[in-house]
Amino acid sequence: MDPTNIRDPDYFHKVVDCQWACPAHTPVPEYIRLISAGRYSDAYMVNWASNVFPGILGRTCDRPCEPACRRGRVEEENVEKPEPVAICRLKRVAADLKDDIRDRLPRPPTQRNGKRVACIGAGPSALTVARDLAPLGYSLTVLDADPKAGGFMRTQVPRFRLPESVIDEETGYILDLGVEFIGGRRIDSLEDLLAEGYDAVFVGSGAPRGRDLQLPGRTEAAKHIHIGIDWLASVSFGHIEKVGRRVIVLGGGNTAMDCCRSARRLGGEEVKVIVRSGFDEMKASPWEKEDAMHEGIPILNFMVPKSFEHENGRLTGMTFEKVQAVRDADGRRTLVPTGEPDVLVPCDEVLVAVGQENAFPWIERDLGLEFDRHGLPVLDAKTMQSTLPRVFFGGDAAFGPKNIITAVAQGHEAAVSIDKFLQGEDLSERPAPHLNLVSQKMGIHEWSYDNDVSQSSRQAVPWAAADKALKSIKVEVELGFDAAAAFREAQRCLNCDVQTVFAKSLCIECDACVDICPMDSITFTMNGDEADLRVRLKAPAENTAQALYVSEPLRTNRVMVKDEDVCLHCGLCAERCPTGAWDMQKFLIEMTHAGPGCRTPRREAA
Amino acid sequence: MTYIAKPRLHHPTLPENRVGFTRRDYEGKISTLCAGCGHDSISAAIIEACWEMDIEPHRVAKLSGIGCSSKTPDYFLGNSHGFNTVHGRMPSVLTGANLANRTLLYLGVSGDGDSASIGLGQFAHVMRRGVNMVYILENNGVYGLTKGQFSATADQGSKSKRGAVNTDAPIDTVSLALIMGATFVARGFSGDKRQLVPLLRAAIAHKGAAFVDVISPCVAFNNHPGSTRSYDYVREHNEAVNRIDFIETRPEVTADYEEGHVVEIPHHDGTLLRLRKLHGEYDPTDRIGAMNYVQHHQARGEIVTGLLYADPHAEDLHEHLYTVDAPFNGLTEEDLCPGAAALEAINASLR
Repeated sequence: MDPTNIRDPDYFHKVVDCQWACPAHTPVPEYIRLISAGRYSDAYMVNWASNVFPGILGRTCDRPCEPACRRGRVEEENVEKPEPVAICRLKRVAADLKDDIRDRLPRPPTQRNGKRVACIGAGPSALTVARDLAPLGYSLTVLDADPKAGGFMRTQVPRFRLPESVIDEETGYILDLGVEFIGGRRIDSLEDLLAEGYDAVFVGSGAPRGRDLQLPGRTEAAKHIHIGIDWLASVSFGHIEKVGRRVIVLGGGNTAMDCCRSARRLGGEEVKVIVRSGFDEMKASPWEKEDAMHEGIPILNFMVPKSFEHENGRLTGMTFEKVQAVRDADGRRTLVPTGEPDVLVPCDEVLVAVGQENAFPWIERDLGLEFDRHGLPVLDAKTMQSTLPRVFFGGDAAFGPKNIITAVAQGHEAAVSIDKFLQGEDLSERPAPHLNLVSQKMGIHEWSYDNDVSQSSRQAVPWAAADKALKSIKVEVELGFDAAAAFREAQRCLNCDVQTVFAKSLCIECDACVDICPMDSITFTMNGDEADLRVRLKAPAENTAQALYVSEPLRTNRVMVKDEDVCLHCGLCAERCPTGAWDMQKFLIEMTHAGPGCRTPRREAA
Repeated sequence: MTYIAKPRLHHPTLPENRVGFTRRDYEGKISTLCAGCGHDSISAAIIEACWEMDIEPHRVAKLSGIGCSSKTPDYFLGNSHGFNTVHGRMPSVLTGANLANRTLLYLGVSGDGDSASIGLGQFAHVMRRGVNMVYILENNGVYGLTKGQFSATADQGSKSKRGAVNTDAPIDTVSLALIMGATFVARGFSGDKRQLVPLLRAAIAHKGAAFVDVISPCVAFNNHPGSTRSYDYVREHNEAVNRIDFIETRPEVTADYEEGHVVEIPHHDGTLLRLRKLHGEYDPTDRIGAMNYVQHHQARGEIVTGLLYADPHAEDLHEHLYTVDAPFNGLTEEDLCPGAAALEAINASLR
């Protein structure tokens, strides 16, 4: 293999699995170390700069970081139940335990630059755009049909998962940056809005339409059948306070989980989730399924809804066909009826949470803004720019429903684009992120990070008592870690951003690092191609998603090969190295956000 | 040295041997030696060899004298018996232990100071008595614990870290062991585990006095230009005479070797050593030839490594002394005091 180019910004970034997996590339180990040190406000600010809504995400994030976390792989065959670091809950710790951070936030600009930007929708992507652009001097106007800012986070995430105070706080930080918020204004025409003379428009209107289920009996029993996201919004605004005793929730996503748990709190005694496919194929995050089942909500699978049963306009139940998953000749999975008799499930109300779609009836099709055949806007995936140059998209409105953290990441990109667009720059010229690699050595065997690997297992999070939690929709279920549990959990982080950096010229091939490495990650051997090297190492490198770090040839003509897969970043290789050929260096990547950092460098005339 | 303990976490695929242990189970405490010390590599090689040979840790006794090398038994086989004895006196304690219980595997770990200076007499006698053991000499040519003075194995003319030249003639422990009658003599290099681990396995399998001299660079005091025990010097002057391909308890028909490239040394206990020749003319069963060869190359500044001599008909001290098979701790009062009739029979035989 060729020697690894560690100057490639992606190389070490990929080693920080959590950060690489995060759409916004939040420097996770960095803020976890700050939590260990009790510096909650600093940890919060690291998050805030990157993902804008630490308190909200600390409760609701889809957590792409956690399945990626190296700790889960490292614990395999070592502990009974290997588990990743509870990254999301630690993020919440930073938000819960921080001091007042308002004086650390950017100030509203004293001088405006004269450019006006409108954001349609006040959800996570639009607020990210506003936050990134407002301090730079742009005049931001955020418009939303709802009276308060927050979008999906406010209307659809139930209060028992996300208290309103947290939404108020974090949306407030953004609106306080001199952003004009116009609540209660639904945009019915993009053309009209453009006519108001905005220099750029960002569309972050979400995926506001829940999919319906047209089955026999739908119209007759319409009064007791609700679209999940609309129902959640009505619950959120207090328009709905009660639900029938027996409730069926259709759908297997996180919205379905929110629906069933909300129903449980509004008088639903017998709440069931029913999905077409298998339990394992459900889209909901595993922990959300667990939470629902923990509250006594059964999840029935392989049942395809056939009809709504009704009597005199009153819903009485639903009929389902039992199916099983079968693989056809091409290996495709299809659901076929088992032949068993249909099942009638009696109920009083049905919540339909079988997916969301984007809807843009308010965008005129003759503005030069093109849509694809799925009804989604045609966008440049990198710049988020539509075919109408001054209109940008982000969040669920851009590429269909995803999650909050993706919306934030797209908001950052759109903000960079809008900034460059309004500065008259080429949008495709996007400066690479700023990279920093600094030795953490403080003395002989002394590092600026805690390299003694914790052996404790994932900390359990305290919950509100079930009887209390189920009585009210406003009682938050998860209580969050206290400082002591947060410290123990933070200590489980392996500090994957502190990289093992190898200097070939200093190595005397004494084998000290090979002998001490607890995970057998290091091998000195003759070079070969990747497939060959992977089986020849001290421990087989079977996880091909993880890189091999290969040095240039050493004096004996061998190369150093390190399998990054299960490295503990304990630094023992560097402690045992007599010549300092190994060093532990902290990798910090600063994503390019809107502002001077994203602008194309101007070359001075020679 | 390091201040934190090596984490117990291990690679998910770490295999177990036939007695149910992983390699990590053969480790000891965290080493307090200097970072990069060759001795730590030797400890790792011992761990590897014992794991590969399915040795049960509680059937091993580690004995050592005084010095950097003699500290190392604390850093491997943490579940074995250990005795850190008096300076230079490891051989006599080991001999006594071996006489008391011949069923254990005895690892004698010593250094060039411990064996070639204060313990030279003991070293000579333990070899000529043929004590069944593996005597590992971690040879770095300096007194590391006392800041790097030349030891008795330092080559004449080699330079200390501060530039002083050694004027004394060196003691070659390999030649000495051959002269004194060791029945297995090998030399390895701490920086080459591919060679060292099989040498240690062969030494462990050998029944009789097995001596393994391991060149082990002292990174703190003897790893500079002018030293003949530095990583660079040893790598440049290493003349490996053979490589051990495998050690089997019963001979198998395997081939693929060109005629004349392989030496097989069947031991009378059934062990078969198969060596790949690297120096065509070298015969590792010829003791006098080995002495000549080692001396000849040494005079040219070369360091001869590999399996230098193995006596397939080796005997050990117990055979010479007609001792009982059972360990002393297993002998009952009945065995030890057979009664008046037995005494009478002995007395009668002497009349």
